Amino acid sequence: MSDNLLELKNISQIYSSGDSKFTAIKEVDLALHEGEFAALMGPTGCGKSTLLRIITGLQAPTSGRVLYRDQPLEGVNPHATIVFQTFALFPWLTVQENVEVALKAREVPPKLRTTRALDLLDRVGLDGFENAYPRELSGGMLQKVGFARAMAVEPELLCLDEPFSALDVLSAESLRGELLELWTSGHIPTRAILMATHHIEEAVFMADRIVVMDKDPGRVIMNLKVDLPLPRNRKDPRFINLVDRVYMVLAGQTQPEHVELGTAPGEPGRTRALPHINIDDLSGLLERLDNMPNNRADIYALAQELQLNSDELLRLIEAAELLGFANVAYGDITLNPLGETFAEASIRARKEIFATRIRRLPLFKWLLSLLRASDKKQMEWDVVQKALELEFHEEEAERQLDTAIDWGRYAELLAYDDSSQILFLEPGAA
Amino acid sequence: MTPIPRVFKFELPPWRRLAWGDVVVFLGLALLLYAGIRLGLGAPTVIKGPEIELGPRVLPYYVGLSLKRMVWAYLLSIIFSMVFGYLAARSRTAEKVLIPLLDVLQSIPILSFLPVALLSFSAIMPTPWALELSSIILIFTSQAWNIAFSWYQSLTTIPRNLQQASTVFRFNPWLRFRVLELPFAAISLIWNSMASWAGGWFFLMAAEIFSVGEKNFRLPGLGAYLQEAANRNNLESIILGLGALILTIVFLDQLVWRPLLAWSERFTMSLVESDNPPTSWFYNALRSSRLLNVFLRGLLRRPFSRVDEWLTHRLPVGGVKAPIGRRTLWFYYPLGAVGAAVLVYGAILAAGMLWQLRLEQWGEIALGVLFTLLRVVAALVIALGWTIPAGVAIGSNPRLSAWLQPVVQIAASVPATALFPILLLLVISLPGGLNLAAILLMLLGTQWYLLFNIIAGASAIPRELRDTANLLQLSRWERWRSLILPAIFPYVVTGAIAAVGGAWNASVVAEYTQFGGRTYDTVGVGALIAKATGAGDFPLLLAATLSLILAVVTVNRLFWQRLYRLAEERYRLD
Repeated sequence: MSDNLLELKNISQIYSSGDSKFTAIKEVDLALHEGEFAALMGPTGCGKSTLLRIITGLQAPTSGRVLYRDQPLEGVNPHATIVFQTFALFPWLTVQENVEVALKAREVPPKLRTTRALDLLDRVGLDGFENAYPRELSGGMLQKVGFARAMAVEPELLCLDEPFSALDVLSAESLRGELLELWTSGHIPTRAILMATHHIEEAVFMADRIVVMDKDPGRVIMNLKVDLPLPRNRKDPRFINLVDRVYMVLAGQTQPEHVELGTAPGEPGRTRALPHINIDDLSGLLERLDNMPNNRADIYALAQELQLNSDELLRLIEAAELLGFANVAYGDITLNPLGETFAEASIRARKEIFATRIRRLPLFKWLLSLLRASDKKQMEWDVVQKALELEFHEEEAERQLDTAIDWGRYAELLAYDDSSQILFLEPGAA
Repeated sequence: MTPIPRVFKFELPPWRRLAWGDVVVFLGLALLLYAGIRLGLGAPTVIKGPEIELGPRVLPYYVGLSLKRMVWAYLLSIIFSMVFGYLAARSRTAEKVLIPLLDVLQSIPILSFLPVALLSFSAIMPTPWALELSSIILIFTSQAWNIAFSWYQSLTTIPRNLQQASTVFRFNPWLRFRVLELPFAAISLIWNSMASWAGGWFFLMAAEIFSVGEKNFRLPGLGAYLQEAANRNNLESIILGLGALILTIVFLDQLVWRPLLAWSERFTMSLVESDNPPTSWFYNALRSSRLLNVFLRGLLRRPFSRVDEWLTHRLPVGGVKAPIGRRTLWFYYPLGAVGAAVLVYGAILAAGMLWQLRLEQWGEIALGVLFTLLRVVAALVIALGWTIPAGVAIGSNPRLSAWLQPVVQIAASVPATALFPILLLLVISLPGGLNLAAILLMLLGTQWYLLFNIIAGASAIPRELRDTANLLQLSRWERWRSLILPAIFPYVVTGAIAAVGGAWNASVVAEYTQFGGRTYDTVGVGALIAKATGAGDFPLLLAATLSLILAVVTVNRLFWQRLYRLAEERYRLD
């Protein structure tokens, strides 16, 4: 007998549509011990949520084994439950009914249901709100109901799917503290917690261990122990150091250009996905860096200053790296001369710089040459998307094309007519 | 500004390419008609209708008879919809046939099936039963499709997180139905039921007054009462009958639908409180009545919760197996093979019957379809001509629309077919009598849908856009061209689709009629259907009905669906 509550062995999840296959999760091994609070971190699209669904038995993996207390898991795990990012409360049931319904599904008799639901609501501090409907409550309170409902079934394994990211900053903070209090007090039967999050500070603040994942394909790249006593102090140098380390791993290091850019769709090698960002946000980031001493900033400090969550910031940084405006090393980002020129340029000049930069991206090169070779220099959206689906799964291909059109329009290389769904080459790009 | 609540809301199935499902559906319809007609060969040649009394004392009785038919048909529709929705949402194979089936059934003029249904039923059972049954089935076919579609659509659009929560907490099928699926679908089901009842009245009235040649298929009820009153030129009875009809509809609206709507407000998905939820004085009165609450708690809630607990315990706990995606059930294959064989065989037989038609009869049918189409277009153009300016004027003025809305609503709720005998009384002696009456009937059926939708569209134009138009000092024409027309376009299209559907249906009763002891008819496919029924010319009946269906489906696909798609994609203001 091991003291593993949960063990994932070589889990992969592959989605296939038609001929193309997309690997969402590749060969993940993970063990969760009794008494452990682990955080699952990683950029959007790294498969955190999918992994949680596999762990709770909502979804069966394409290959690999899920062991729960050394037994292979079949169907929905009766000892596990999930707290959802978007609460997943039934809007037509009162707070109390929302908690009771979980007990009802387990055939708890009516009288006992009521007592237990009221007790749980009391414990999360919702005494007095039993008869309120979800729409009358704030986000923080809704999530408390979510927690009470999860606790109602006395789960041994509590999975949290970004439970605080739909809340405002203050509610999230107080709820984190309350969850930790419940967890450390030992008054709940929960033996282990697994929390998916893309908030680095939150992970370091709460978890005993941080499992860092990366995307394309989703995989575990690092296990980091957090050896700080609870409750943790955010000003503690060791705390700051740990957060910095996670940022460093997630932001990575700017690679040589040919690695950074990847290959064109259809060619051997990995096609670099365009980060889905807003160009104005990117300009804002570059301007901010331009005003920093030495054009350099610590990524963690930047996230705090700009009030961005780590996921958003990391995507912007990825775009800046990809376009060759900035370099990342050791958790710091530095604006390079080209980025500096862009930040200080006029609106027109920015567009020109942007255009020359995106022409270097293999995905754009490929798209532009496709358009040049085609009749009347135009193509239908569906045709391009089908071609992209050789590299990306359907949803991602659509997002990639969306981003490409957005960037191409800004750079005045591409035009797109939404009613006919046709992409055109701008005269300047021919 | 408070937007007008949705009154007639039609959700069209998403645009599909023509698929093999459509062919199956069309063949199936042809087969059904053929089978009905074969049965109908044995129908008695003379059918005597019931005597209709005009005394005011019989009116409540007639109202009861009509209501009874409506209620039966509605119950049938609900049962059908539940089964249908589950099948289509759970199995991909079923979905591939069922959704095109709904799509076609929703757009064909159901009223054209009335003659075939009447003939076939009266061949196999006593006449009064046959008439009752065909009227109920006819009303059912007018009510079921949109309810079924809304249930299917609700089942497939339940938010993923709620589905996952239900699975993680291991709801069994009953709990899932009661806590998740039914509440999620409730609002849409109620709105669609209201629309279905409005449609149902239209068909019921038509079914109650249908008679051709020697065959008097009339049913005792409100519709027959109105027809008899108009026939005998009895103004007092006409007013009484109309009053009873309007009163019934208003009562149902105030005592059933509005309270249901107000109650169903709790099932909205939005997590913010609505600014102007539907209200109902009757619902409020019910809620504040202490006696009634005691009664409800003691008599209804306890048995209900006992059944609820029983079902919750009875069915196994859910989620023992990993949820599987929608799959193809094995028994669909042999079932499909048998179905296909029957279809092909039936299609050959039906083709054999059509073969008996002479060439000039086909010409007659083509001409009939063309003339009916022209009437439908004429009615639509007239309706658009007055409803666009009127609707925009009303919708742009919140006070006017608040005041006029209930009036329009009551006017719209009177089924046009009930007014047809009265229309005849008024215009039959004018030049072009029946032709004029037919167009007027179509107009009566169509204009309200349009008016409602246009009012809703005009009142949904955002204040900022109106202000901008004022600031830019746009000319009147420019304002219509760049703001009002594009903004109301999607609403006009939705209204027009519903309206045209009603107009095609109306053609079946409007182009041929027996009134005041005389028979009137005009050129049109509806008249052909009626005459073929009367004369027992079954090949012609089959050909004319199929042609009408085909024409309507083609016009829908080529014209309306495209327009609808354009409206949805280009001119949405939200």
